[in-house]
Amino acid sequence: MSAPDLPRGEARGAAAGEAGPMAGYGWLTLLGKELLRFWKVSFQTIAAPILTALMYLLIFSHALEAHVAVFEGKVPYTAFLVPGLVMMSVLQNSFANSSSSLIQSKITGNLIFVLLPPLSPLEIFGAYVLGAMARGLAVGLGVFAVTFWFLPGPLSLSHPFWALGFALLGSAILGVLGLLAGIWADKFDQLAAFQNFIIVPLTFLSGVFYSIQTLPPFWQLVSHFNPFFYMIDGFRYGFFGLSDAPPVRSFAIVAAAALALSLLTIGLLSRGWKLRH
Amino acid sequence: MPAAVEVAAVARRFGTVQALAGIDLAVQQGEFFGLLGPNGAGKTTLISILAGLTRADRGTAKILGHDVVTDYRAARRALGVVPQELVFDPFFSVRETLRIQSGYFGLRNNDAWIDELLHHLDLTSKADANMRSLSGGMKRRVLVGQALVHKPPVIVLDEPTAGVDVELRQSLWAFIRKLNRDGHTVILTTHYLEEAEALCARIAMMKAGRIVALDTKQNLLSRFKGLTVRLVAARVPAAWRARVLRADSGIHYLGLDRYDELEGLLAALREDGISIDELALAETDLEQVFLRIMAGEDAAPAVPPPSLEVPEA
Repeated sequence: MSAPDLPRGEARGAAAGEAGPMAGYGWLTLLGKELLRFWKVSFQTIAAPILTALMYLLIFSHALEAHVAVFEGKVPYTAFLVPGLVMMSVLQNSFANSSSSLIQSKITGNLIFVLLPPLSPLEIFGAYVLGAMARGLAVGLGVFAVTFWFLPGPLSLSHPFWALGFALLGSAILGVLGLLAGIWADKFDQLAAFQNFIIVPLTFLSGVFYSIQTLPPFWQLVSHFNPFFYMIDGFRYGFFGLSDAPPVRSFAIVAAAALALSLLTIGLLSRGWKLRH
Repeated sequence: MPAAVEVAAVARRFGTVQALAGIDLAVQQGEFFGLLGPNGAGKTTLISILAGLTRADRGTAKILGHDVVTDYRAARRALGVVPQELVFDPFFSVRETLRIQSGYFGLRNNDAWIDELLHHLDLTSKADANMRSLSGGMKRRVLVGQALVHKPPVIVLDEPTAGVDVELRQSLWAFIRKLNRDGHTVILTTHYLEEAEALCARIAMMKAGRIVALDTKQNLLSRFKGLTVRLVAARVPAAWRARVLRADSGIHYLGLDRYDELEGLLAALREDGISIDELALAETDLEQVFLRIMAGEDAAPAVPPPSLEVPEA
């Protein structure tokens, strides 16, 4: 029947040593193209989300600073909000990059330029996800750079490697989700639905703007089923050394989710689902 | 020496439509091969299977001996495809587009060849223009350039001259002919039958997912050799009914083997008292062969060439 599997061929190709001196240059080019794509419209892809995050900071810190206590009052609300906004920007922009790049290529038809060359499913996966991570992290860094000045006290960055680890993993997982959504969606409105009904609620209900300890027990429990909660919470641990969930557990959960989603996406790419008819 | 393209028992169904119903085809290296057929015949599906854009339900396809599924890297490296749709990436200039496409094939410093392509495709002055600013014909030429960045030994062009003006079409064909002379295998699908007639040495005609004729252009033309008479009259003399190839609201197409048969036709018309409203003579060209084969006719030559496939009823 149908469904000839690509991975077998890939293994054979690698075994035959067909790579040559320019092995890997194909996927590097695709990665470069992905970076160039958002860089060419950086006003829209980097500057705009930074401004949005700054608006959130100004409005929420002004409205809530005096009313919300987080981590039993050990951390001022604005200081608490900054890493949340940074991580939220990382996540949303990683998703936006891979999903919009893929859906645009699908709808305009120029995805064929990526499908005709000898790029493996893994190479296509890697290039799109790394491109998404780069955009997410660039925006996150930008948000951090502008919100930093609003911190009420000196910057607390007690575990920078935890923060970096969660930023990398969070941007990767959303890059993969964006790729998955881009593969699945046939139209822009389907992608918008994915973003508006899945990504946005999960990010907003993940504790960007509040500590889940302030929630009623039921909603605390529900929050623990939201993978985005662990990304935000773990990232924040890197700053304050305080978190709602133990960072190791958060990291394990996020890493497991990233792995599962990656395997699913690579599998779909290998089968050519929705891309090679 | 492996065939440039070898397709064996390839079938593909989309829902209830059998797009390809078992295709066997071999194109040898260095050929200029034409793939003709009406819309929906399965030409683009076949090309998509060769390019790895579509998976066959069954059967195998190989490019220079490399299976397009199990050895897809080598197969795709050997193949350049000019797609039918006029697609482009609006983020990039012409040169960037060609550089990126080179990179996808693992080619790093390809600018010398890119310059040559730009020159041959008359795009040198547009090298730094954004893709969006190009006319349809220019975008089409960039697509040809993209298909050739990795100097593929096998080139497939899926209706490449649609929307390209006449002058440009000529220069494009001159360029493709040169590539063929330099040893590239060229496979062309086209709606312009005179184009196939002028360029292709061997031709496959497809209909409803099958190959209904596969032969050299010369054999195809001689298969329906002779002349066609276009006769506008109330009816055809009884003795000539068997020679009617096609009749369409008072217009009758009759096949003649030689010019001197015309005398007999005119005599029969006179005897039967049929007045001629119009009469014209034409030599058989590929278009007529195509129309007859698509209509399911077969001239049944005395000795059918061995490679000739008879349409299935």
